[in-house]
Amino acid sequence: MARIFAYIAHKDAVADDTAAELAAAANKIDPAASPTAIVTGCGPELDAVCHALRASYGEVWKIANEALTYPNAELVRKALVNILPKDSIVLVVHNHFGVDLSPGLSIKLNSAFVSDVLAVEGVEGTSLKVVRQEFGGAVSAHVRCDISSGAVINVRPGAFKPLDSAPTNGTVVDKSSEVGVRAAGRRYVETVVAESGDVDITKHQVLVSIGRGIQEKDNVAIAEELAEALGAAVSCSRPVVDAKWLPKSRQVGSSGQTVKPKVYLACGISGSFQHLAGIKGNPFIVAINKNPRAPIFQIADVAIVDDILEFLPELTVRIRDHSLYPTPRT
Amino acid sequence: MNILVCARRVPDTSENEIELNAAGNDIERDDLVYSVNEPDNYAVEEALQIVDRVGGNVTIVTVGGEDDEEILRREMAMGAKHAALISDETFSGSDGKGIATILKAFVEKGHYDLILTGVQAEDGAAQVGGMLAALLDYPFASLVNSIEVLDGKKLKVSREIEGGNKEINEIDLPCVLSIQTGINEPRYVGMKGIRQVASVEIPTFGASELGIDPGAVGEAAAKVKRADYFVPTPNKAAEVLEGSRAEKIDRLIELVRAKGGLN
Repeated sequence: MARIFAYIAHKDAVADDTAAELAAAANKIDPAASPTAIVTGCGPELDAVCHALRASYGEVWKIANEALTYPNAELVRKALVNILPKDSIVLVVHNHFGVDLSPGLSIKLNSAFVSDVLAVEGVEGTSLKVVRQEFGGAVSAHVRCDISSGAVINVRPGAFKPLDSAPTNGTVVDKSSEVGVRAAGRRYVETVVAESGDVDITKHQVLVSIGRGIQEKDNVAIAEELAEALGAAVSCSRPVVDAKWLPKSRQVGSSGQTVKPKVYLACGISGSFQHLAGIKGNPFIVAINKNPRAPIFQIADVAIVDDILEFLPELTVRIRDHSLYPTPRT
Repeated sequence: MNILVCARRVPDTSENEIELNAAGNDIERDDLVYSVNEPDNYAVEEALQIVDRVGGNVTIVTVGGEDDEEILRREMAMGAKHAALISDETFSGSDGKGIATILKAFVEKGHYDLILTGVQAEDGAAQVGGMLAALLDYPFASLVNSIEVLDGKKLKVSREIEGGNKEINEIDLPCVLSIQTGINEPRYVGMKGIRQVASVEIPTFGASELGIDPGAVGEAAAKVKRADYFVPTPNKAAEVLEGSRAEKIDRLIELVRAKGGLN
């Protein structure tokens, strides 16, 4: 089988958590493979990352270039195209960088591209069978990918459990002189850090989180009343921010805030993986949704099939009643 | 600025409960409500706003069949000047690269400064824009959540990255951008607007008009194929609350209290 590579992101001299997940994904594709990590960047930070990755990768390809200090997908693509052997299998994390890099990389390598892979079922001949999801996670799909001329595979973060194997003692190979990075049609300018909002949802133990099911701006008050009764804060999923019903600072998800509450009430939220990626610390998840097939029910501790616009106000009233007569301490 | 927006008609997940059919190999497609893919609608609105600021016109294109014409009309009702349907039997079964190859042929028939797509469609692949850019050798940026026209040669675009942060880039024209939802507030389209464009002739292009080699697209060329659909396995076995609403609420309060979510 073709050689397997994993492009590893890093920040502040530390490899991304997903480095071990990509190694696990490579192992699922070919248990006999010794995958190679590719890391781009510059300076001592890059060296530190390469050194650390020797524990999980037999070989680490270092690409040091000042132009790659910030990972500009176009420049990274040009570098990879110049150094990857023909018919390689390349694993990339399916996040804002993978979405930027991989589709174009597959074109330039003339290889197949499979996006957002959750699981690998196996390889038969030159056909790789993987699991994906469609319709925001409502249904899964088996997808077959012809890897005879290589493949670029975007792997969903968190989907592959890191291997429980002993650390390897890999070697770092300096590929910097082979990449020939040139000018890009797109140039990184700066990163603008998100503004903090009126409420810091990352600090709350209980979140009443609302999604598209809240239907209109005026209904946000229903969630606010419940949150007040619970001593909770109101957070939300992407469609609520897109509709400008709540500010971006209230959004839970990979492109919003990462929260670690004890209890998470997902109200009218379908449960895309980007949303779930923002919920950490294994909270008690209550899902209330009128669609019994909403993906949120796949990860919930408690499932309630109901219309939040009717359920939440009644819940608020009952909680207020309970608060008047707190359960006696024993 | 001449802007091309690639749009697609998809089952509307806010209007449908997506489920498997009886055979368990496809989603149930009877009675599905279709609409324009939501990020594509934001892309059209963004194109219209750019043209309002700097002049030019907007063309909408889709690869599909007769049924897909309805979204072209809908987006024309929003204000797009031109629309085109790319349709050919040989296109069916195309994978992402196939669709990008078809769109590339269409792009090369015209003169576009800027090409927009939605960030992703119902398959969540987020692939066609990046592939199209690579085929055209144009610069590309994904997950774009603001666009500023700097001059006739470049744009300043913001990309949505982690934690609500934004990555600012300069990008040369012509380029391809994939547009994230929330970038703007798409205008409302009423029945009246749709009626006004109901009889506009929408040109259709097939493989031969676009000079597409049928061997390079469609099912035969597709390296990536969906084998079947199945019901996702739950990660957790949730306790499903049954009974009357009052009973559900009492049980929920009990559970939340036990987890320390209610004092």
